[in-house]
Amino acid sequence: MTVDVDPRTALSAASKVRLVDCDIHPIIRHKGDLKPYLSREWQGYHDTYGDFLVSPFATAHPYPKPTPALSRLDTWPPSGGPPGSDLAFMRDQHLDPHDIEFGVLQVLWPTAARHRNLGYGAALCRAINDWQKAEWLGREKRLRGSVMVTQEDPEAAVAEIARCARQGGFAQVMVVPRNIEPMGRRRYWPIFAAAEAHDITLGCHVGGLNGYAVTGGAGHCSFYAEEKDSNGFAMEAMLTSMIFEGVFEAFPKLRLVAIEAGLGWVPALGWRLDELWQRFRDELPAVRRPPSETLRERLWYTTQPADEPEDPKHLRDVFDWIGWDRICFASDYPHWDSDDPRYALPIAMSRAEHRAIFRDNALGVYRLS
Amino acid sequence: MAQRHVVLPLAELPAGESRIVTVRGREIALFNLAGEVFALINRCPHEGAPLGLGLRVGLSESEKPGCYTHSRPGELVRCPWHGWEFDIRTGQSWCEPAKLKAKSFSASIEPGATVVKGPYVAESLPVSIEAHYVVVEL
Repeated sequence: MTVDVDPRTALSAASKVRLVDCDIHPIIRHKGDLKPYLSREWQGYHDTYGDFLVSPFATAHPYPKPTPALSRLDTWPPSGGPPGSDLAFMRDQHLDPHDIEFGVLQVLWPTAARHRNLGYGAALCRAINDWQKAEWLGREKRLRGSVMVTQEDPEAAVAEIARCARQGGFAQVMVVPRNIEPMGRRRYWPIFAAAEAHDITLGCHVGGLNGYAVTGGAGHCSFYAEEKDSNGFAMEAMLTSMIFEGVFEAFPKLRLVAIEAGLGWVPALGWRLDELWQRFRDELPAVRRPPSETLRERLWYTTQPADEPEDPKHLRDVFDWIGWDRICFASDYPHWDSDDPRYALPIAMSRAEHRAIFRDNALGVYRLS
Repeated sequence: MAQRHVVLPLAELPAGESRIVTVRGREIALFNLAGEVFALINRCPHEGAPLGLGLRVGLSESEKPGCYTHSRPGELVRCPWHGWEFDIRTGQSWCEPAKLKAKSFSASIEPGATVVKGPYVAESLPVSIEAHYVVVEL
């Protein structure tokens, strides 16, 4: 393909294309914000026990984060409350200046999806979904929600997906790569079946605190930089599990967006899995097509954190290998490593390529209109 | 041609603090470094984040694992987004000094008596002879 547009022209073209941002993080101001959406029974539990998980402390992470609330220092709302808790400020700072047509909310906290108390986990997921609906989707028509589900209680997850699908306003069912078991295991299949049945995309945002070291079994890491780097290979491990367990054959209409894991690794994963699949087809009878085809046809990948090779042209090579129809812009607002859509991808792009990445691919995979 | 702009009473930029001002339509980040003032463009050369909101940090260096030195406290500003560090005195990037620089401007502290005489552009700032002012050349 001929690239006849330099980055500056692409930027001016960008100003005419409205953007879809696949990763915006809203957050509650404090735990009490969810109380109106919990039954009396669970309100009591929420106050007394609350966010008890498998890590030693409720809000602990594998390594301390580099900035307060993991956020850009300029995103603390003047109204008080943490970054991402004030819709009016989010409009002024992010949605309006970047002319965002649609934004997909990714709720990271509280981490209801992996709560060990499954009843509370399900109640908390319902509460977070109703909170999104009332406080965000109901007040800002550009935003779309994430259906939070208890991944360890697929029956409750299926009911919640059905309930939210009836209500509308949700772009995806949200899951994370680090669960109690690898994501391709059959215990999670009812979630995939429900997503497929309701024609809702599965969005996998990096994360999940399951009690294991983020290094993939090599022990706990020393630095935040290591923890952050683990997001890419946690996503690789999850995709490998889903592909080799035959998830994409069992659910032929399932769509999956890999969020915030970067994408430089995607082509190499396809090459490696194809080789393994060819060599071990007798071990993997459920897998009927080359894994790289699944990565190419059933997966979408978000841009942030954008890979920044020394020679930006190499990013074009990576995009060529992945497919320009697979890549969706994401800002990760308001987190410290968020990307500004005007500067995130400093490569020459044709208008069609730009439009695909910053708008059309996401409209398609998330069925946004 | 560059003009000298009176942008702020010095009292509003205490030592160790930073402020953002607009001069000729451009946002400028001002820094007071133990009584000296410096001005950088309020845009990180990476993705355009406001440098004036960044943390002031020192220079951490290491000869070998487990051995650290910390010097020049407060003389670097760390971008409020991705944490890239710039020398407040020069705008030079610490990581890639040869390739990256936040544009810097000449800044000084002038007594009110001098400012009143001119030639300065006083950006609709009332000037008092008793006070001192931050002046940026742009």
